[in-house]
Amino acid sequence: MSMVNNLRKTIKELLAEKKIDLFIVWEKGSLPLSATPLFITSEDEADRAVFDITCGNNLSVYFTKDRKQFSDKKVGIAVKGCDARSVVLNILEKQIDRRNVVITGVPCHGVLDKKKVLDKTDGREVLEMIDDGDTVTLKGKGYELSFDRSEILSSSCLACIYPDAQECDIFIGDARAEIPNENRLKEIKEFEALSSSERWANTRAEYEKCIRCYACRNVCPSCYCNVCFVDQNDPGWIGNTCEFTDSMIFHIIRNLHVAGRCVECGACERACPMDINLLQLNRKVAMEVKDRFGDIAGLDINGKPAMADFREDEKQDFIMG
Amino acid sequence: MSEWQPRILAILCNWCSYAGADLAGVSRMQYPPNIRVVRVPCSGRVDPLFIMKSLQSGFDGVLVSGCHPGDCHYISGNYIARRKFAVLKPLLEFIGIEPNRIQFSWISAGEGERFATVVTKITEDIRKLGPSTRLVKKL
Repeated sequence: MSMVNNLRKTIKELLAEKKIDLFIVWEKGSLPLSATPLFITSEDEADRAVFDITCGNNLSVYFTKDRKQFSDKKVGIAVKGCDARSVVLNILEKQIDRRNVVITGVPCHGVLDKKKVLDKTDGREVLEMIDDGDTVTLKGKGYELSFDRSEILSSSCLACIYPDAQECDIFIGDARAEIPNENRLKEIKEFEALSSSERWANTRAEYEKCIRCYACRNVCPSCYCNVCFVDQNDPGWIGNTCEFTDSMIFHIIRNLHVAGRCVECGACERACPMDINLLQLNRKVAMEVKDRFGDIAGLDINGKPAMADFREDEKQDFIMG
Repeated sequence: MSEWQPRILAILCNWCSYAGADLAGVSRMQYPPNIRVVRVPCSGRVDPLFIMKSLQSGFDGVLVSGCHPGDCHYISGNYIARRKFAVLKPLLEFIGIEPNRIQFSWISAGEGERFATVVTKITEDIRKLGPSTRLVKKL
């Protein structure tokens, strides 16, 4: 627990030295598999801060969705690698001022996807979870299950190449740079190898599940339009129904809106109550953006978001000759 | 019932492609009558949502055309548009929309002939694909 103790100590120091007014971090949730956001304003609250496999929330979402509350405050925030990229992106897009935020990186080894845990336990209640770094043990009434950690990790974590913050003021421990991950685009390549009609059948089956609850949009730190295009009704571009084409277009356009801005934190996929493989499209778009424009969202604090930029000599193979 | 004819939406920029279409007409060039033209101020004005909406409402294909790179009336509108299309097209192909349904081209005000060629080509491509079914809203 030394990492968490260091984190708490850092928060206390920052508050004591009046470097921040507020620190955003996670605390233990009321259920064994959950963590909830915690807003610390006084030193004695710092001991409630935690960071472990359950801390999936991308906390940078508060900067954009709760903008007014933070505009005149100095804020410290605990970030995983993906969250740090979100913060950088928010800074690039002038949603927050770099001088007003103390980015505090924590070493991330992946976060869990609750839906995968429920599959493991057949929906039985989990009373206790022990994570020793390699295996996870779940305990409940009349059962105890042990398995490899990777089996319950969020799909975003399985494809992660930047587990630790690349841009930060403080890092608890030693930050790792880019790590190799041969699984990163495996799923995409496999899908691309299918025929067009097979791909369509799969996509249809996946997105037909959508119930338009907008949980994916609401947890996304990159989705912060004052009026989202789906909530707009003059002109009402797309229907607010669960009819397949309506939801498919919602997802396509949402993907394009976060093109070059999605940090693949996987918050959308974990929030999805229908278990839709949302990250697949995000990852495909990120891959396309990287190949064509060489940009990776939220890595370069002096850069520009890919879709707000251009070069004159770009590849234009898709333009009719 | 008569033979099926593709319906294609052509979104053309005011300064180049629309004038190119005009020139094709004035020069009495022959091209298939399958396109319906929407004039926009600049190809940069084209939101991918317009394209999705047209597919949803039953268009069999969409052509978006703007000024050649470097010729944009608003200096950089078509460069911004190019990035959008560069991501949109592979994404739609990835989910399983037929690649030729959506096409992009650059046509200048002087290229009436090219306009006729592009429209002929896209009409042929879409005729081969048949009626669009995949993203069409059926109620």
